[in-house]
Amino acid sequence: MAFLYGCGSLEHRISRRSLLAGLVGGAVGSMGLSRVVHPAVIEQLKASQKRLLLFFMAGGSSQLETWDPKPGTDTGGPFRAIPTSVPGIHISELLPYTAQQMHHLALVRSVNTAEDDHGRGAYIMETGRRPEPVMRYPALGSVMAKFLGPADSPLPGYIHVRPGGGGQGRADAAFLGPRYAALTLGDGKPPANVLRPERLSESADRMRQQMRERIDHRFMMRRKTAETEAYAYSYDQAARLMERRDVFDVSKETAADLARYGTHDFGRHCLLARRLLENDIACVKLTHSEYDTHYENFDFHIEQLGEFDRPFATLMADLADRGLLESTLVVVMAEFGRTPRINQGLGRDHWSKAWSVVLAGCGIQPGAVIGKTNENGTAVSDREVNAGHLFHTYFRALGLDPTRKYVVNDRPIAMADPAASAITELLA
Amino acid sequence: MMNAAQTSTGPFGQAAAAAVDPSQTRVVQELKHTRPLFSCRFDPSGRFVFAGAQDKTVERWELASEQKSDLVGHESWVRGIAFAPRGGCMYTGDYTGRLCCWPCDAGTPTPAWTINAHEGWVRSVSVSPDGQVLATSGNDGLVKWWSATDGKPIRTLSGHGSHVYNTAFYPSGLHFVSADLHGTIRHWEVPSGAPVRQLDASLLHKYDTTFRADIGGVRGMTFSSDGRYLACAGISDVTNAFAGTGKPVVVLFDWRSGRQKMVLRTPDGFLGVTWGVVFHPAGYVIGVGGGISGGGGLWFWNPEQPMAFFSQKLASLGRDLDLHPDGTRLAIAHFDGVLRLYDMSPKPAAS
Repeated sequence: MAFLYGCGSLEHRISRRSLLAGLVGGAVGSMGLSRVVHPAVIEQLKASQKRLLLFFMAGGSSQLETWDPKPGTDTGGPFRAIPTSVPGIHISELLPYTAQQMHHLALVRSVNTAEDDHGRGAYIMETGRRPEPVMRYPALGSVMAKFLGPADSPLPGYIHVRPGGGGQGRADAAFLGPRYAALTLGDGKPPANVLRPERLSESADRMRQQMRERIDHRFMMRRKTAETEAYAYSYDQAARLMERRDVFDVSKETAADLARYGTHDFGRHCLLARRLLENDIACVKLTHSEYDTHYENFDFHIEQLGEFDRPFATLMADLADRGLLESTLVVVMAEFGRTPRINQGLGRDHWSKAWSVVLAGCGIQPGAVIGKTNENGTAVSDREVNAGHLFHTYFRALGLDPTRKYVVNDRPIAMADPAASAITELLA
Repeated sequence: MMNAAQTSTGPFGQAAAAAVDPSQTRVVQELKHTRPLFSCRFDPSGRFVFAGAQDKTVERWELASEQKSDLVGHESWVRGIAFAPRGGCMYTGDYTGRLCCWPCDAGTPTPAWTINAHEGWVRSVSVSPDGQVLATSGNDGLVKWWSATDGKPIRTLSGHGSHVYNTAFYPSGLHFVSADLHGTIRHWEVPSGAPVRQLDASLLHKYDTTFRADIGGVRGMTFSSDGRYLACAGISDVTNAFAGTGKPVVVLFDWRSGRQKMVLRTPDGFLGVTWGVVFHPAGYVIGVGGGISGGGGLWFWNPEQPMAFFSQKLASLGRDLDLHPDGTRLAIAHFDGVLRLYDMSPKPAAS
């Protein structure tokens, strides 16, 4: 019998907070939340249910064209730096809408992850660990699905919205088990088959489900593993997901909101993210693609950031206006940044030695700037941090203790790199 | 050496063809700057050569003395440089949208006037043959005409659906073209600004579905001096948008019909972009370019044949080129920060 859970204890699966939220949620089904709980309590519950919104700039966006511009230097490129809503902080002119939301954001300009390979860089940024031959750590989204996801939610805890295909990113969850893997919504489309086929009657469907449950139960009495449980869970989740399919339907949003976010894919994805967060998805990851600009870095950043800027800024403003930013940690990351040196194809190559990550919400100090790079951005000159430091910071902001340990096959494994610590200046 | 009778000869005709031998093209001057060069033009007198760079300056070198002057007034890189045909004034556009007019032969030129011409980059600057109208285009998708005298706006031409990379006046001054990222070339009537027709250079554009972005655009554009041809330079057959892997080409249009006459290609498997193109008065087409790695390329085409009849490898990528008024020298703005002058005239016989 194999139980390969990171931690199978009930306290990890149902925290006091999520238990409370779950109990209330149970009442909602029959009575509606507003009729059983005072609105102030609803707000309190909303605030206590923490979430993570992760923007992944696939391919590696340029820190010089975004958060750490160096105009007028040999590496600075052609763009200007513009003032933001925080006096003294300037970012690239390619982010004019985001600049107006800087009072919600904090910049970490001194990230050195020392890994210029796409796959390894992404792994480091999403797990807070360097790759090891015998151990795969769970991705941030899976971790948050496990620890922040309401225990009885019919919805997945970790939803990844990205261009291209959808599906289940099983590797993300590592030893936490596949139930915490990302449900990927390719092109922001709802999961496939969320409607019962017309030719299948409701009663036939119910009988089929009951039969499957009996067989599963008998099998799991003898051979229970994380995979078999996840298999059974996935059916239950699918059934409940079908009842909540509207959560994925952006067309339910107002025409005004659709216009504010923009009609292109990323605008739609950001609006979908707002909808998912409002439905207490523990982690929503949005991938914006593609920033691997070895060629024509400047033209491509005009095009890509022209798409990113407005919906991102709109979402930040909306989260703040709706009170969700207090309980939602926002992180903008990539697998690395891009070289200060401009190559002869007007491109920038991979550069992990000195780049930037953005955080917001959940007690992160708004308007903070952590660390510095040197004059032309080739090296960190102050307060160097790596992915481990960032991971500790995410945990702390989300109210989790990064020094706690998973237990995998009786082996204790630290949740965040013990060699690193949180960036305390960023935390409230 | 190419037979000049095969080509569409310009005003210099046979004499111009006899004066040069592309196969003997060689570097005769190296003018150095501290940053990669981005654009270049000779002034109409041929006394100076100017270059934009990956900084905020425009460089001026007097060819005879090689004396260098920094022209200060821009806020970003300068790609567009053009001159009043009879000399005196130079117009430059930068990547903040600023347009400057300079007295180009002053001791230390400073801008006579400056305009915020476009939202975003100014991609091109051109001047009408009579020197009265200045045209600019930019990332705001607009083409604008200005008084070349004082910079007062004359007309805005809209309709492009993407960044407008290049502009050119027809030699008679009665027609004008603008070309964009998508390879759409719009033909406008002068002076009314009425749209006439569109030419299709979409070969120079690709929307890469993996990269989810546009790649390409009309990087260089010029009319032959006899008005028979319009040449548009860029990249085609892109197989890897991440690395800029594609083929440097020039799309040659028959101006009267508006149809593509020929796609001019390089013979040596060179991968990259044709960044600049000029017509020699003898009638052949000269292009310069380079790829993401390695050096650059200089190519000479006969408009009647798709393959370059002569190619020369360059020490560094060439971002732009111009032909000296004497018809024998080329200036090329190189990535390595050197503006090289190439002499195409036959080498003198050894004594």
